[in-house]
Amino acid sequence: MNYDRILIRYGEISTKGRNRKKFVDKLRKSVRIALAPFPKIKIRAERDRMYVMLNGENVQDTLNALKNIFGIQSLSPAIRVERDIEQMKEAALSLVRSLYKEGQTFKISPKRSDKTFELDTSGINHTFGGHILQNIPGIKVDVKNPDINLKIEVLTDSIYMSCENILGAGGLPVGSSGKAMLMLSGGIDSPVAGYLTMKRGVEIEAVHFFSPPYTSERSKEKVIDLAKKLAEIFGSMKLHIVPFTTIQQTIKEQIPENYSMTTTRRFMLRITDEIRRKQEALAIITGDNLGQVASQTLESMYAINEVTNTPILRPLLTMDKNDIIKIAKDIDTYDISIRPFEDCCTIFVPSSPKTKPKREKVQHYESFHDFDTIIQEAVEKTETLTIKPDTKQITEEFEDLF
Amino acid sequence: MIYFDNSATTRPYKEVLDSFIKVSSEFFGNPSSLHGLGVQAEKLLTQARSQVASLLAVKQNEIYFTSGGTESNNLAIKGTAMLPKNMGKHLILSSVEHPSVRGTMEQLKKLGFDITYLPSDKNGRVNVEDVQSSIRKDTILVSIMYVNNEVGTIQPIAEIGKLLKQYPTILFHVDAVQAVGKIPLNLNEYGVDLSSFSAHKFHGLKGTGALFIREGVRLDPLLSGGNQEWKIRSGTENVAGAVAMAKALRMTIEKSELGLEKMTKVKTLLREGLSKIEGLTINTPLESSAPHILNFSISGVKAEVLIHTLEQKGIYLSTTSACSSKKQLPSETLLAMGVPDDLADSAFRISLSYDNNEDEAKKVIVAIDEAAKQLRKVMK
Repeated sequence: MNYDRILIRYGEISTKGRNRKKFVDKLRKSVRIALAPFPKIKIRAERDRMYVMLNGENVQDTLNALKNIFGIQSLSPAIRVERDIEQMKEAALSLVRSLYKEGQTFKISPKRSDKTFELDTSGINHTFGGHILQNIPGIKVDVKNPDINLKIEVLTDSIYMSCENILGAGGLPVGSSGKAMLMLSGGIDSPVAGYLTMKRGVEIEAVHFFSPPYTSERSKEKVIDLAKKLAEIFGSMKLHIVPFTTIQQTIKEQIPENYSMTTTRRFMLRITDEIRRKQEALAIITGDNLGQVASQTLESMYAINEVTNTPILRPLLTMDKNDIIKIAKDIDTYDISIRPFEDCCTIFVPSSPKTKPKREKVQHYESFHDFDTIIQEAVEKTETLTIKPDTKQITEEFEDLF
Repeated sequence: MIYFDNSATTRPYKEVLDSFIKVSSEFFGNPSSLHGLGVQAEKLLTQARSQVASLLAVKQNEIYFTSGGTESNNLAIKGTAMLPKNMGKHLILSSVEHPSVRGTMEQLKKLGFDITYLPSDKNGRVNVEDVQSSIRKDTILVSIMYVNNEVGTIQPIAEIGKLLKQYPTILFHVDAVQAVGKIPLNLNEYGVDLSSFSAHKFHGLKGTGALFIREGVRLDPLLSGGNQEWKIRSGTENVAGAVAMAKALRMTIEKSELGLEKMTKVKTLLREGLSKIEGLTINTPLESSAPHILNFSISGVKAEVLIHTLEQKGIYLSTTSACSSKKQLPSETLLAMGVPDDLADSAFRISLSYDNNEDEAKKVIVAIDEAAKQLRKVMK
């Protein structure tokens, strides 16, 4: 017997009282986007769970697509059976048979939400366990550590059977907590910061600073590839590419070398904040990690953060580098991030940046030049791309070649 | 023309050639170059890699492009043996391996490595228990082909893989050159660490292939240079070849969905028809053999003469494997299976593609029957 649906259990949504409907709607949207490559699928969202009707689509491919969606606690491929003992027996047997390999053990976990069902839990255990034992030679029962755990759920209108419980990505459905701007450099940290924020339900748009010819097309390509990875979560993501060459050259001419990094960061933040305002987002996310580099000391943050009172979210602030790398590897951004191309931060880096810059000093240095005009110009010339995930893996340009 | 020698090589698909020509002429950049042409070439290479990986159900960083099956086999085996920190000196292979595995092992033997050949049963199959009893403390690699290129026997890769999971220091190399696109290949489930592929066996181009190297497995490179392919295989990448290979693999696997049934029918028809011919013995086992290879011997007929007789009628098949047929030695595989010398000496191999059909099979049966009768008359 083949699975005909996938049962999705909500995570923290279940606890969200009156907002539940909004959360379920957002999750439904995420699921629909993730399952777009499977046209035959139908989604049914209920108060406590969601069902994805496969209608002939491949179970494994569908499960893989669902595994990374935030807001899903766990997933089970399942079949729906009529309330008929004989039919249930057949279904139970063929499910276990399809997974059974020689020498394995099983158990039955009944859940009887509908107490009017003719069998009680031990009756369910007996009837179906016995049927399986009789028909699969060699299979044994193990209630503590079974290889196959057959769940039978008896609800009022139907009965569901499933053998696998797959852990979902957890978190909250993307978009259920508003929108924020992610400063995406191309390094290891910023994609992870974006991912973790998305996991808490925040929709993100990315901002990248591009300084041709000091940084190459390849570094832009790298950021687009990172954005594609992050876009997998929500189906698409906006990427704002800010032309930054003029500003960096002007900073180099106008600001003392040891303060140039601080000023650069302040301007990046100002530009991002300006784009945030236009895009109606509510916060800015950075990959800052306390003490990692000169710009990430508390003194630096104090001097840089002055330019805006928009909330700056720094999800990685207290994490160890190794933990960040581990997440980067899990979400497949690590290999992209370590591609060896210069980005706008590394190319103009001064030989000895101030680790403890002073606000007053940086204000003083910036006061000698009219930076507002070039900042405004950069915002206006910003190019906005809508990034789609690489589901097809082949860009259209090359499609006929593969 | 009836081409029944697809295990020697296949005819490249037209679509595959189109890709090769277009990439060679329009996207000729070096993937390592910094400029836009280089970026394009690198993108193509990445996409080829990810397509091959997804068709083989492995990760993208586990596919390394090579020049073909022979290089992949050499890289897998020598790369394991030559790894500086590798203290083990013992390698295991079956006695029915392809010359590129056997030869590599013999080369290592001269350098002081110990080699164990596993015996094969009369069907050309190795026994899992023999693998187990051959394992020593210093064993570093077991190399077993998935489908034998001469008789088509399928080796118990899943079982051997399961056994080797208990020995985490031993790497498992599977030469899958004849298997891909013909029988299910599940490298992860079987616990395979290294696996070789050759594009021209599935309608790609000669000089292109791949080695699957499981994430975390380290090899010493054969070729030193510009550190392409994550330092494992230096040399400017054959982007056009890799793209062509990705397309050929996709087309072959797509064709296999509908074509396998037809191919099996053609093979069954050949098997039944040929076995009625006087003096003809089928060497390919009935059970657990690949759907595209049929090996048989005809007593009292000189193999080479029959091949040329058939060629005059536009029928192409081979005496054993293409690699060993020029040496005019009896097939090692057949000898290992216990086939008598004279029959091993007069062995033929038919190997099919998804484009062959039952009509061709019927014609070939008649042609072989007539040729055998005629030749026997003359040679008696």
